[in-house]
Formats: sequence, structure tokens, C-alpha cells
Amino acid sequence: MHKMKLSEIVDSLSLSVVTGGIDRDFEGVYAGDFLSRAMSRVEADDLWITIMNNVNVIAVASLTDAAAILLAENVSLMPDALAAAREKDVTVLSSGLSVYELCVALGRYGTVS
Amino acid sequence: MAENIVFHFDVDGEDFSSAGGASVTVKKKLRQLGIAPEYIRRVSIAMYEGEINMVIHANGGSADVIVSDDEIKIVLTDTGPGIPDVSLAMQEGYSTARDSIRSLGFGAGMGLPNMKKYTDTMEIDTELGRGTTITMTVKIA
Ligand SMILES: Nc1ncnc2c1ncn2[C@@H]1O[C@H](COP(=O)(O)OP(=O)(O)OP(=O)(O)O)[C@@H](O)[C@H]1O
Ligand SMILES: [Mg+2]
Repeated sequence: MHKMKLSEIVDSLSLSVVTGGIDRDFEGVYAGDFLSRAMSRVEADDLWITIMNNVNVIAVASLTDAAAILLAENVSLMPDALAAAREKDVTVLSSGLSVYELCVALGRYGTVS
Repeated sequence: MAENIVFHFDVDGEDFSSAGGASVTVKKKLRQLGIAPEYIRRVSIAMYEGEINMVIHANGGSADVIVSDDEIKIVLTDTGPGIPDVSLAMQEGYSTARDSIRSLGFGAGMGLPNMKKYTDTMEIDTELGRGTTITMTVKIA
């Protein structure tokens, strides 16, 4: 896929910005909830779609240099996870759509990964 | 680098909700040292998985990272229950993680396989009731 700004998909998919900047490019997308699978599959500058909302997702996103975490199904971050995201400068977005719907929408928008 | 650079961490076994801190710190330090991103990525994955395993399966332990000219060595030592069947534990998908821990996203049974996959060498020294020491290296030369 070509590079795309987070701000583009925030606009086009009406995502909420939970925390962090959206003036960053992302290159690929990974969807999944098991941390040790995400750890090896999320590459630097990927968008990671998950429904996991605890503090450990922030560590994984930080270690993998994910461009952002995208929380599906209106899942909200746990308070300590939000604090960790702010501290580690991890961007977190959210949406009411399901993981599947988000993947379809992103695919239509021109991302493949 | 003329001399080896050594980092030491005590890994808390009580608090598995904020685990991964030692790995995050090591990643930062390796960046400051100017280590190439692909090596940092591999060290991060391997160390994170080992650190988490000590927290969720062994009630904590310690981590040492030794950076030398040609490799990064990670030594993880715990005094937990030990691993009864290492070849079983190494299989993708094998996990004894409790439900409460699975609900946090752990328990895919991919940690040890990831550690093996992303390092150049990995040795597991384990004794039932005594603990486990895992030594991994990533060649950087
Ligand atoms: N340090 C350890 N002490 C005792 N047992 C361990 C240790 N590390 C791993 N194990 C055992 O090996 C199994 C497999 O470990 P592995 O890291 O591959 O998977 P997991 O931790 O269960 O799940 P995941 O890493 O995918 O979240 C564990 O479920 C546990 O039974
Ligand atoms: Mg594990």
C-alpha cells in the first residue's frame, strides 16, 4: 500500500482521537488481539486494530513503533492505559465499527497489508 | 565500543498489568547507542516475551542485557516453577496461561516461539521447582 496520513483516515472513517498526534504516516495494517502475535506481526508505522484496551497494548505498540492503535467497537482505554499512552507518546484512535468493518473500510480506502 | 555495556533490571512479578517496562527501557537505550532498527526490533520482541513470561509464569525475576561489539545478549533469570516439558512449551499455541491473564491478551502460546524466531541463539536452562534461565543473543556485526 502507499503511505497515508493518520489524519486522512480519521476524517474519512470518522474516527475519534483518544490521545496522541495524527500527523503521522502509516504503512500497513494489522488486526488482532493476542499480544504476542501482534508483537511479531505489527511492523514499524503500522496501524494496529484491536479490541484490547489494557495497559499492555500500549507497551506492544510502543515496542513495535506502531503508528497508532485503533480501538474497534467503541472500546475505551482503561485509565492506566490512557496514562501510559500519553507518557509513551502512543497515538490511540477509536471507532464504533467492528474490526471487520474497519478492515473493509480501510481496504476500500486503498490500504492492503 | 571498547567495553561492553550492561543493563540490569529487576522484574516485578506482582504487577503484570504494567509489565514490559524493562523492554521499553532497553529499546530506548539501544536507540541512543545507535543500534540499527532491525536489531532493536528483534531484541525488543525477544526481551518483551521473556520479560512477560517471567511476570505471568514465574512471579518475576531479573533481566540482564549485555551489548558488545558483535552481539546483544539477553539473560532472563527467574526462581519460578520451571518448565516441565521444554519442547512442548516451545510449540506454537501451547500455553498454560490462566483465564484472567488470557483476558488481557496473553496466552497465544507464541512467546517462546517468537523468542526463538527473532534471536540467533537461545538456550533454556530450567529445573522444576528451582527456576528458569533463558539466554538469547542477537548478532549485530
Ligand atoms: N519463565 C517461565 N517459567 C515457567 N514456565 C514458563 C516460563 N516461560 C514460559 N513458560 C511456560 O511455557 C508456556 C509457553 O510460553 P509462551 O511464552 O510460548 O506462551 P504463553 O506465555 O503461554 O502465551 P503468550 O506468550 O503467547 O502470551 C507457558 O504457558 C508456560 O507454561
Ligand atoms: Mg509468553
